[in-house]
Amino acid sequence: MSDEKPMVEGFEAPISLHYTFAAGHAISKFLHSIKEGKIVGQRSPKTGKVIVPPRGSCPETGVPTTEEVTLPDTGTVITFTVIHIPIPNNPIKPPFIVANICLDESDQTFIHLVSDCKNEEVQIGTRVKAVWKDPAEWDYSMDNIKYFKPLDEAPVDIEKLKAERLKAVEKYRHA
Amino acid sequence: MREVAIISYVQTPMRRDAGANNDVEMLMPTLQEALSNVGMTHKDIDFTCSGSCDYLGGAAFAFVSAVDALGAVPAIAESHVEMDAAWALYEAWLKIQCGKADTALVYGFGKSSHANLPNVLSLQMDPYSVQPLWPDSISMAALQARALLESGKCSERDMAEVVANSRRNAKSNPKAQLKGDFTVDQLLREPTFVSPLRKHDCCPITDGASVMILAVREKAEKFCKRPAFITGIDHRIDAHGLGLRDLTVSESTRIAGEKAGANKGPIDVAELYAPFSHQELILRDALGLDATKTKINPSGGALAGHVFMACGLDRIGAVATRIINGEANRGVAHATSGPCLQQNLVAVLEG
Amino acid sequence: MSQADDVLRAEFDLEFTYTRTTGPIIGRFLTELRDGKLVGIKAKDGRVLCPPQEYDPVTAEDLDEFVDLAETGVVTTWCWVKEPRKKHLLQKPFAWALIKVDGADTSMLHAIDAGSESAMKTGMKVKVRWAAERVGRITDIACFEPA
Repeated sequence: MSDEKPMVEGFEAPISLHYTFAAGHAISKFLHSIKEGKIVGQRSPKTGKVIVPPRGSCPETGVPTTEEVTLPDTGTVITFTVIHIPIPNNPIKPPFIVANICLDESDQTFIHLVSDCKNEEVQIGTRVKAVWKDPAEWDYSMDNIKYFKPLDEAPVDIEKLKAERLKAVEKYRHA
Repeated sequence: MREVAIISYVQTPMRRDAGANNDVEMLMPTLQEALSNVGMTHKDIDFTCSGSCDYLGGAAFAFVSAVDALGAVPAIAESHVEMDAAWALYEAWLKIQCGKADTALVYGFGKSSHANLPNVLSLQMDPYSVQPLWPDSISMAALQARALLESGKCSERDMAEVVANSRRNAKSNPKAQLKGDFTVDQLLREPTFVSPLRKHDCCPITDGASVMILAVREKAEKFCKRPAFITGIDHRIDAHGLGLRDLTVSESTRIAGEKAGANKGPIDVAELYAPFSHQELILRDALGLDATKTKINPSGGALAGHVFMACGLDRIGAVATRIINGEANRGVAHATSGPCLQQNLVAVLEG
Repeated sequence: MSQADDVLRAEFDLEFTYTRTTGPIIGRFLTELRDGKLVGIKAKDGRVLCPPQEYDPVTAEDLDEFVDLAETGVVTTWCWVKEPRKKHLLQKPFAWALIKVDGADTSMLHAIDAGSESAMKTGMKVKVRWAAERVGRITDIACFEPA
């Protein structure tokens, strides 16, 4: 064996697989609605809670959710973090905020961006509103909402918010 | 050893494409049915274990979304194998043997329609000397088929007969995907696909989900009139390299069958997970099955519908169903994993 | 997202950029391939394994005795791919085969550019077609061809 050339110690083994993913019933309904600029969650027939985006089941009880609930595009920051690296293919400039947001009248958070604000002023309980893309650009996608922007409202106490929501869904509970 | 039985088993209809029906949506009604068939709720389940493959959905931890179908609040004892759910059943059986559970819920699911399964399966192969060639699973099975034909152990007619039997048996299986009446001559007139395999020698692409419930004797007898007891279960694995073993035999199946005690009694029914027709012949041989005394793949087997990640559990479920219904007293179920029958599990069930 | 038959479907490619590290045994095999040579390794029972294994398939002991092999071999089984997949090495009909390289006792998997299915036969002699540029990968063997 040659002494001049070095021993092979590794090689590149790129993996690439092609998929055609079909959206389930619940998420399809959500995507059809968001294409029209509406955010639609689904309510659990057992707990009465509203889940958005809906995946078809109530995570607490495992039963199908079917009742559609149109939601406002305002909500509350439940928790967040500041990101210092860019997202590929997204115009948002670091540092930017990624937050767990709970929309008004719903009971489960989802992740989205918070922007057009001073990052230091965002806190747990900050009230936010969706900033949408131009309707001409709307597709079957959550990123029809570019980001959420803080509202000129006082931040709320999220424990109080949680308690208020539990009370509000009581009339829909059939546990 | 604790006596563990299968008391409930339900599968979705096997379809080429479940359309707008994601994993959770396929599982929810199946889980509800499996539980209500025996008057149980998810609160009666001590341990849950599932089998699935993230590469079918194309997302890391894709299987976690299925937990939404379980009602995991408050938190439940749950585990997962990135394998056919037959191995999830093995883990659940072990959990019960260790005394950590008295009942268990096992499920397998997948939408092969999303992925290119033969390409996905090439990732199982040796990452250094084999995978970079992207050898798809159908080609690998075809290598084994030719070796079997040339060894004189089977003929093309024998393979076509396996297919004809599958299609005919599947007519009485309401969940089967492919069924019908075909003659061996008709099948042999079809062109080859990846020679020597014809398209019909290969299992179809299928979307689906299957659920099974296990319980120890005392609980089993409470919920089910005639539980199917697992009197033996074992799994073995052969060497990885295709060129390191004799592809015309399945030593791991033979040993697993022996350890599970398959031949310790009459075998009324055998369900074998053979995704390719020639493999059913290899498995029959490995288990020493006599087709005149044993009903082989009366459900139609994998050729009638192949929910990748549930097909092995489905073979166990098919045998369990016949025992629970009183149609059979003793049966053997087999599951496989890996290229060309590399890893095999054998379970013996008795009423 | 596209919508046909009422089902929303999204196509995407899942990609991972892995680099495999090789260790001394696989590394030696791939280094020899880069240098245009096939090698096998001796198992504890004297059989020569190609591709080389790090551990004995029967006893699990460490292996380290390399053996030079020829560039020719014999087909032990094969299949015919009429319609190659995009990822296959050859983009025209070809055979996959298990090939017992001369000097080895086990077979290795590779592709054979045989031209037509009728040119394929178990027992036929084949030889390596080396890739124009070799870097230390199994694809340094572009494929095998009838000898």
